[in-house]
Amino acid sequence: MNFTIKNPANEGGMNERIKRLRQENFDTPTTLSIERALIETEFYKQYYGTMPIAVLRARNFYEICKKKTIYIGKDELIVGERGPVPKAVPTFPELTCHSVEDLHTLDTRELQSYHISQEDIDTYEREVIPYWAGKTQRERIFNHVSKEWEEAYHAGVFTEFMEQRAAGHTAMDGKMYHEGLLDVKARIESKIKSLDFIYDPEATDKQQELEAMAISCEAAILFAERHAELAEQLASKETDPQRQKELLKIASVCHHVPAHAPRDLWEAIQMYWFVHLGTVTELNGWDSMNPGHLDQHLFPFYQKGLEEGTLTRDKAKELISCLWIKFNNQPAPPKVGITALESGTYNDFTNINIGGVDREGNSAANEISYMILEIQEELHELQPGLSIHIAENTPDDFLLAGIKVIRQGHGYPSVFNPDTYVKEMTRAGKTLEDAREGGCSGCIEVGAFGKEAYLLTGYLNTPKILEITLNNGIDPETGKKLGLETGNPCDFKSFEDLYEAWHKQMVYFVNLKLSVNNYIERMFSLYAPATFLSLYIDDCIEKGKDYYSGGARYNTTYIQCTGLGTITDCFTTLKKHVFEDKKYPMEKILEACKNNWENEEVMRQYIRNHTPFFGNDDKYADDIAVRVYDDLVKAIEGRPNTRGGQTHLNMLSTTCHNYFGSVCGATPNGRFAHFAISDGTSPAHGSDSHGPTAVIKSLGKLDQTKSGGTLLNVRFVPALLRREEDMCKLGHLIRTYFRHGGHHIQFNIVDTATLLDAQQHPDQYRDLLVRVAGYSDYFNDMTEQLQNEIIARTENEEV
Amino acid sequence: MIVFDIKRYAINDGPGIRTTIFLKGCPLRCVWCHNPESWRPEPEFLFKRKKCIGCNCCGVHPYQLDYIRKKNVELRIKDECPTLALEMCGREWSVEDLLEEIEKERDVMMESGGGVTISGGEPLMQMNNERVNGERCDSLLVLLRELGQRGFHRVVDTTLHAPMEVVQEVAAETDLFLVDLKVMDAEKHKHYTGVSNERILSNLRLLAGLGVSFQIRVPLIEGINADEENIEETARFIDELVTLPSSLKGVALLPYHDAGRDKHARRGTSYNPSGIGMCTPSDAVIQRCINQFAAHGIDTIVGG
Repeated sequence: MNFTIKNPANEGGMNERIKRLRQENFDTPTTLSIERALIETEFYKQYYGTMPIAVLRARNFYEICKKKTIYIGKDELIVGERGPVPKAVPTFPELTCHSVEDLHTLDTRELQSYHISQEDIDTYEREVIPYWAGKTQRERIFNHVSKEWEEAYHAGVFTEFMEQRAAGHTAMDGKMYHEGLLDVKARIESKIKSLDFIYDPEATDKQQELEAMAISCEAAILFAERHAELAEQLASKETDPQRQKELLKIASVCHHVPAHAPRDLWEAIQMYWFVHLGTVTELNGWDSMNPGHLDQHLFPFYQKGLEEGTLTRDKAKELISCLWIKFNNQPAPPKVGITALESGTYNDFTNINIGGVDREGNSAANEISYMILEIQEELHELQPGLSIHIAENTPDDFLLAGIKVIRQGHGYPSVFNPDTYVKEMTRAGKTLEDAREGGCSGCIEVGAFGKEAYLLTGYLNTPKILEITLNNGIDPETGKKLGLETGNPCDFKSFEDLYEAWHKQMVYFVNLKLSVNNYIERMFSLYAPATFLSLYIDDCIEKGKDYYSGGARYNTTYIQCTGLGTITDCFTTLKKHVFEDKKYPMEKILEACKNNWENEEVMRQYIRNHTPFFGNDDKYADDIAVRVYDDLVKAIEGRPNTRGGQTHLNMLSTTCHNYFGSVCGATPNGRFAHFAISDGTSPAHGSDSHGPTAVIKSLGKLDQTKSGGTLLNVRFVPALLRREEDMCKLGHLIRTYFRHGGHHIQFNIVDTATLLDAQQHPDQYRDLLVRVAGYSDYFNDMTEQLQNEIIARTENEEV
Repeated sequence: MIVFDIKRYAINDGPGIRTTIFLKGCPLRCVWCHNPESWRPEPEFLFKRKKCIGCNCCGVHPYQLDYIRKKNVELRIKDECPTLALEMCGREWSVEDLLEEIEKERDVMMESGGGVTISGGEPLMQMNNERVNGERCDSLLVLLRELGQRGFHRVVDTTLHAPMEVVQEVAAETDLFLVDLKVMDAEKHKHYTGVSNERILSNLRLLAGLGVSFQIRVPLIEGINADEENIEETARFIDELVTLPSSLKGVALLPYHDAGRDKHARRGTSYNPSGIGMCTPSDAVIQRCINQFAAHGIDTIVGG
């Protein structure tokens, strides 16, 4: 297929409707809406304690669907918003309740602000805040944790995802396109009838959960019906006959889905969107929600429409573009406290998977996959994210089409390797077919779409653990004793002594984190079951169990390890210069770290330039990286969680490598205090100097199938991708990495001059998107620190 | 062989993704050269003033360095330079070590239809007529032969300023030549590069006659060779070559940039000391050159 990037102004680009919707989306300010919190608080005040918690949650969801403001914008074809208007974000006080101070901060802060009126703040203070005092998930968690956990958490040894948001990280399979909610409800009812109250001691729990699920079905149908009614009202007043026709079509679509299975492409897209809204209204999961392999799901409807003559390619593209606008209309609920430090901007990381393989392992790229690439390029919005999935049997022209979009420099699509992630999943016990149907949800983490509850619980700061080891258990930043006493490093006789000490500390902190993970999982099971999401994750209905209670077919708990590049470089520094060459004594390096390399620039430079670092296809460094990685896997993997599943590791960092860097003093690899640590499994900043093939060779030495995802960022300047031939070569680079077992690779195609200029003249670069870690973000919305880091990332420029 | 750089993921030195080996020593002294550190056959120190933090680990004051280089005194330094401001350019590599380095990239080379490019300097200068039992065993030949046996695609990037028999020997172990064709006028060629182009042109004819694949590369410099007359003559010469059995793999125009300026500073020499006027060709000039070649039925690409 000959894929060319079309100039939006030309035929084939965005049509007028999409241009208007996109502009409107850019111009709409992000606001906080208190509507959901008010409905929920009112409901809880009246009913909490009067019914089982699952039923309470489902009825609360029903209440929101019944009462929330319905919005249909002019020009819209796909309808429904999370808030009362586009880009209005609801709050979830049952998880974490924003204080008046939080709301003021969010309203006025410099980074992406969330506007809220004083009147709303006053109402929140009066109606919402007092009720939730002491009843939020956040408080339940912080009241439970030990002093050790809390101190390690505050020092930035690890983070905790679920202290203010629900778990999320979930993607859908294709079942919603074959089954309406009325069918689902019938299935639930027959399941209830078959419950055995004599021999099944869990039958009562199951009945409550199933009844709650049935209520959730009704809630979503009601929500859609309200849209149908509004569309009919608007149509009756509409003077433009064309728009009137569209509104009546919207009404008919919303009468049909999600109650029934969709019959055409329009209904299929609207079906997904209602399901998406249901899950993000019920709870505020990280990563919100993801349609998974959207190209595979939509293709049959597209094909049918073309065959029947009821659809054209342009119309299909317009409808899918409308969905794209919807994704971008959904900023994530803002955080509070320490988690707010981790990421300055919030979006729900929806990562659409295209290409890849189907359940049978055949290449799945189709016409919709190419169309989605076109749309992504034309709209270049913050959301949704997009990834191309390149298996051995994926055609080269699909890869090349993806690279042409990468070349545009908006930071997507990222590139995933199904051949590796299918192995990751089968290794973790999933069936081959379920694994193939899986993919990557938000950033790089894998899951069996529609069949797995995979909870990401937080990041682990591996260089920080080394810092604590080098201070015999004390964190020099807070002065507190956080870790074990593993000995004065100056007494270590060999590198093995040092490594052993770090290993002990690492296992200690992993255990500390795991001990609380299980508690938090139980709190979600007990207080915040997701009865709507459970409808769409196999086998929640079959088991009569919630998504948070082991209802899913697969139940994984992840800890994400960060800073592999940085810690490897620290180890090689100490191994070579202290223990082998004896060029510098340990005392001298530790003293230099303590003083942030002040007056030790010569030593720092020597270390930076004369140490084997990770990412250069150098055995010395790569062997240590493999050892650290394998030991992290061993420490984390295979512990039982509360849902009948197990813990696993993945190597994601999102933007957390910045936060983790900011709490970590200077490190032996010559890194200054508080500078970012390395992201994902990428080499540390400025450590790789042998080009991208050396980087992929180093990364290829990790057995990535043991993880639930790794992350590799490679920065390319546009000069390296000038000609089609160059883009083919990038394709070969990707193929080679994947043959070496790579899980994921992504490219930042930007030149330094552009970035520096963007820093100076933010106004002229409002739409400058760059890839951060697992997602793309607007350069202007980033902190100066993050901007500088993007600039500092190794340029693979030739010459 | 004295190697002064090895570049992985080289995408402008022949087909596919390649590893390019830069060998030290060149008989030409092109004023525009962007690799002047390749000129002298023996290793030399380069000094990047901007990187120097004045730590004096080397024990050599920067001003002494200029003196030492001028007088050709052997440089003795106390300790490795922490910042790599002072760095040895070029070191002896054995064929085995080079093969090991090249093997690291085998997968990506095979995936992309790439291989190995020997560049310089002038690689053919490495041919010192070493023989064992009468058979030539110059390291370069041994390397190329071994690469061929291991299935690597071999490119030699050369000026062709070398004895005819050397060209013949190397051609037998080379899959593709990248040959610079700088200026057609012999006098001008001598003026700008230090050598006449007679040998180069006759070697090109020889190469073409041998049936070896080659690509012509024209460094395009306004003020030197981008004029209509020189391009016309270049095209006519290529017309003549394509009548011979060899296969011409296109003509690449390499627009000039003054990257050599900084390199000269590092080795304590001056760039373009006689102030010859050289400019990066404008898009219009590049287009005109493309058109001129096209009129002869010759396809050109811009960049390597």
